[in-house]
Amino acid sequence: MSQLVGYTVDSRVRWTEYLPWVLAVLVYFLLPDYLSLGSRVLTYILFALSLDLIIGYAGIITLGHASFFGLGAYITGILAAKLGVTDPLIQLLASGLGAGLLGLVTGAVILKMKGLTQLMLTLAISALCLEVANKATFITGGADGLSGMEIAPILGLFKFDLFGKTAYLYCLFLLFLTWVVIRRLIYSPFGVSLMGIRENAARMHAIGAPVYQKLMVVYTLSALIAGLSGALLAQTNQFVGLNVLGFEPSGELLVMLILGGVGRLYGAFVGPVVFLLAQDYLAKQFPEYWYFGIGLLLVLVVLFARGGVLGILDKFTASSKARQSGAQSS
Amino acid sequence: MKFTFNAVVLAGFSLLAMACGSSAMAETVKIGFISSYSGAAAAQGDQLDKGVKLYMKLNGDKLPPGVKVELITRDDTGPNPDVAKRVAQELIVRDKVQFLTGLVWTPNMAAIAPLTTEAKVPFVSMNAAGARVMVNAPYMTRVSFTLWQSAYPLGQWAAKKYKKAYTAVSDFAPGHEAEEGFIKGFKEGGGEVLGSVRVPLANPDFVPFMQRIKDAKPDVLFGFNPAGKAATAMMKSYADLDLPKAGIKFIGTGDIVTDEELQGMGDVALGITTVHHYSAASDRPSNKAFVAAYKKEFGADLNPGFMVVAAWDAMDAIYAAIREQGGKVDPDKSMEFFKKWKSSTSPRGSFSIDPETRDVVNPEYLREVKKVAGKLANVEIETIGTAIKDPMKEADKKK
Amino acid sequence: MEIFLSSLVSVAFHGLAYGMILYVISVGLSVTMGLMGFTNLAHGVFAMTGGYVLVVSLSKFDIPFPLALALCFGLVALVSVVLERTLYARLYGEAELEQVLFTIGLIYMSVAVARLIFGTLQQPVILPEYLKGQFSLMGRDFPAYRVFLILFTSAIIAALWFGVERTIWGAKVRASVDNRAMAQSIGINTKSLFTTTFAVGSGLAGLGGGLGAEIVAIQPTYPFEQLVFFLIVVSVGGLGSLRGPFVAALLIGVTDTACKYWLPEFGAFFIYIATIGLLLWRPQGLLGKRS
Repeated sequence: MSQLVGYTVDSRVRWTEYLPWVLAVLVYFLLPDYLSLGSRVLTYILFALSLDLIIGYAGIITLGHASFFGLGAYITGILAAKLGVTDPLIQLLASGLGAGLLGLVTGAVILKMKGLTQLMLTLAISALCLEVANKATFITGGADGLSGMEIAPILGLFKFDLFGKTAYLYCLFLLFLTWVVIRRLIYSPFGVSLMGIRENAARMHAIGAPVYQKLMVVYTLSALIAGLSGALLAQTNQFVGLNVLGFEPSGELLVMLILGGVGRLYGAFVGPVVFLLAQDYLAKQFPEYWYFGIGLLLVLVVLFARGGVLGILDKFTASSKARQSGAQSS
Repeated sequence: MKFTFNAVVLAGFSLLAMACGSSAMAETVKIGFISSYSGAAAAQGDQLDKGVKLYMKLNGDKLPPGVKVELITRDDTGPNPDVAKRVAQELIVRDKVQFLTGLVWTPNMAAIAPLTTEAKVPFVSMNAAGARVMVNAPYMTRVSFTLWQSAYPLGQWAAKKYKKAYTAVSDFAPGHEAEEGFIKGFKEGGGEVLGSVRVPLANPDFVPFMQRIKDAKPDVLFGFNPAGKAATAMMKSYADLDLPKAGIKFIGTGDIVTDEELQGMGDVALGITTVHHYSAASDRPSNKAFVAAYKKEFGADLNPGFMVVAAWDAMDAIYAAIREQGGKVDPDKSMEFFKKWKSSTSPRGSFSIDPETRDVVNPEYLREVKKVAGKLANVEIETIGTAIKDPMKEADKKK
Repeated sequence: MEIFLSSLVSVAFHGLAYGMILYVISVGLSVTMGLMGFTNLAHGVFAMTGGYVLVVSLSKFDIPFPLALALCFGLVALVSVVLERTLYARLYGEAELEQVLFTIGLIYMSVAVARLIFGTLQQPVILPEYLKGQFSLMGRDFPAYRVFLILFTSAIIAALWFGVERTIWGAKVRASVDNRAMAQSIGINTKSLFTTTFAVGSGLAGLGGGLGAEIVAIQPTYPFEQLVFFLIVVSVGGLGSLRGPFVAALLIGVTDTACKYWLPEFGAFFIYIATIGLLLWRPQGLLGKRS
């Protein structure tokens, strides 16, 4: 089994689990100029969480997760720009359902395959979605993108402003809600059975667990959440372009997740934060070297630092604990 | 006692000097410049960059005393509207720029339009040519061109020489507008359009389209692409599939034989007729000086394309706006200034901004590719008009 | 009707040329995946490298075309051996996720390097004079280079099939693909077999990339953009098989060209639908082995 993936079964809420939320609120008050970057980070954390469900917990590798993200973004965009449905909560719901439906349909196909074929299909579906968006110019705007999106104030009260204040809190709130749901899921018997499938699907079959159904559930759920994050992106940017689809965003998300640590509750938090902040600073100055750096990072992580940032932190705390207990006993 | 008195006087003088210094301290006007440095559009983005750098090098001092210009450059990575929007938002909110300019791509311009309106930051497009984008964007103006300005007169001209045409354009807003403009002009002149294809913007493979066009046997092919390497690729597939031998003439807006790429296109480009607002081969004095300065700065083998000229002209307009307001720029005053802008020193000839639409009013020339001193050049053979407003908006008005 | 037939011939011809190139590039992937069980998504990097080698040899060094082609094969094969011994070998037997991430990392790095050295745009291929122009056959004109392509790749494929089906090396490869443990136990040095097979497969990819530079443009994002097609050829054809990917590649080549010609609005759409359909019908591929 992949050594990149780690997990824990202890479901009590540790004090460290409050940290991300406290930090997020602090950012709102202390860094008002950076809130649009902040919303972007929050959106990608949500997106990364959805990917983690599939790769980290169900053990299915996908290179096309952006299909759901992009579909969610376009559904919101089309509703807002072409169909006059401006309520953000309705858009969110539609995006989630639409993406979930795509997840159901594609999952039915993909989950029957294995190995390279499965991987290739995720790529093919992703390329297909991009092709459709590219060609269906009358509804997606094609290469020009979908602009003229109208987003009504949330609940009629909170308007999306230039500085991104409303957007930030909106993303944060949504992330928190989804987070609560996912956390419960992971620590439930369902979650444990997922990990069982990831570890050894054959054995799970042998003990009579309905592997295919469980995978379908998690795949669809993951697609739904990815669709929600796509909707968030569309709403905060008030624009949807072709680069929400295809291999680029899927690959980037994969890097973010690996960076943070796959299959761990908080890898999906750490990864996007580190990646997007680094990108914001470095990619502007040195775009080509940035790209090279991502590749190098992936190679190095696989060779030396499986478990990403959190994995490294884990080793660090483990070794310091060992030293402590060693010191105590001596 | 004496020491203390001296110290106080010294301190007093220092403070006075500092006060004088700070009032004479530079008023800095920040200009946000967004171009495409990475991705497939880097060649075009580079053209804008060269224009800006050349202008600032030669004219950077033409500012009121005590006023400095700070140029903040950002990369939109190509036709990626949401990157452009993010970048523009950061420039406005974080860097607090007073002007925005640049942009190779129309989709990016469409994306930032609402930002410029909400934040009231004047934007001068150096290339993005989509005409409809500007309609609901009161803080946007353009010094480049619109597609109808060249495609429509070309269509009218072509109808006099040819009966059947086929169009092939890149699939995005400027491409659609070029197609519309040409077809309208061509049909008005009595021509017949056999068919139209729209080629994907990203990494297009022109060959299957060219094959199809060859089989349809038109007299003339009208093409549009976003200049840069796409122009070379389109020209190559036109040649490779032997369309010239099949008697199908190739015409288009100036983008298809864009000056910075022309040398690489080879002799197949000879005789190709285009309509455009600028040619590097023009022997207008303002242009000759410009081309000489360009070659001196960037290399004797290189030719400036129309994007360099637009970047130059945009900076010229912005600097003039800064001078006019003595360094203390106000967005509404700047826009009023731009609306009345006329330039007679541009390398393209004189151009102005239409106060009604805020769009550019261009001279348009009919050019043919000929060999001049052994090198390929877009030779201006006829001036179609010296002040052509965007025909599309005129047509829209009549609807 | 005449026009339709003419278009049909044109589509078949161009489709054939494209399909053969796809096959030459992808066959290496099929064999190494079947042989080594290693998910090498960076296969496109070898093809791209071959393409750049060709372009640079022709334009910068004025190397004659045949020699340039040989270089495509040789240089890329050499590079692949180095990569295999130093990096890939560490990940044999690892889980799929590791291999996928690793090879994607390689793609990112090579794309960045290609951009840095060559810039972002398509590289023009300067063909030798004797391969330019049109070739007349039965009253129709065909681009000479594509005629050459079809003939040359046919020769390569024939050589490959002969090599795998008639030589001892080929026999060892087939044995190891069928049952690696058994092959090892009868004394086949699978380690060096991997290396040589990997070199041949990657060399072929380089050659295919160079030959196909006219059809599949060489630019830095090549490994990303073409990846899905190589993978389709291999999965639809059947992992580890030689003939399956051939059929698959031809099918893809012709379908893609046909769609671009008759339905340019739909682009590559149908290929993906066809792929999904085919795999639902035969998940192990057209001629693959059921696991």
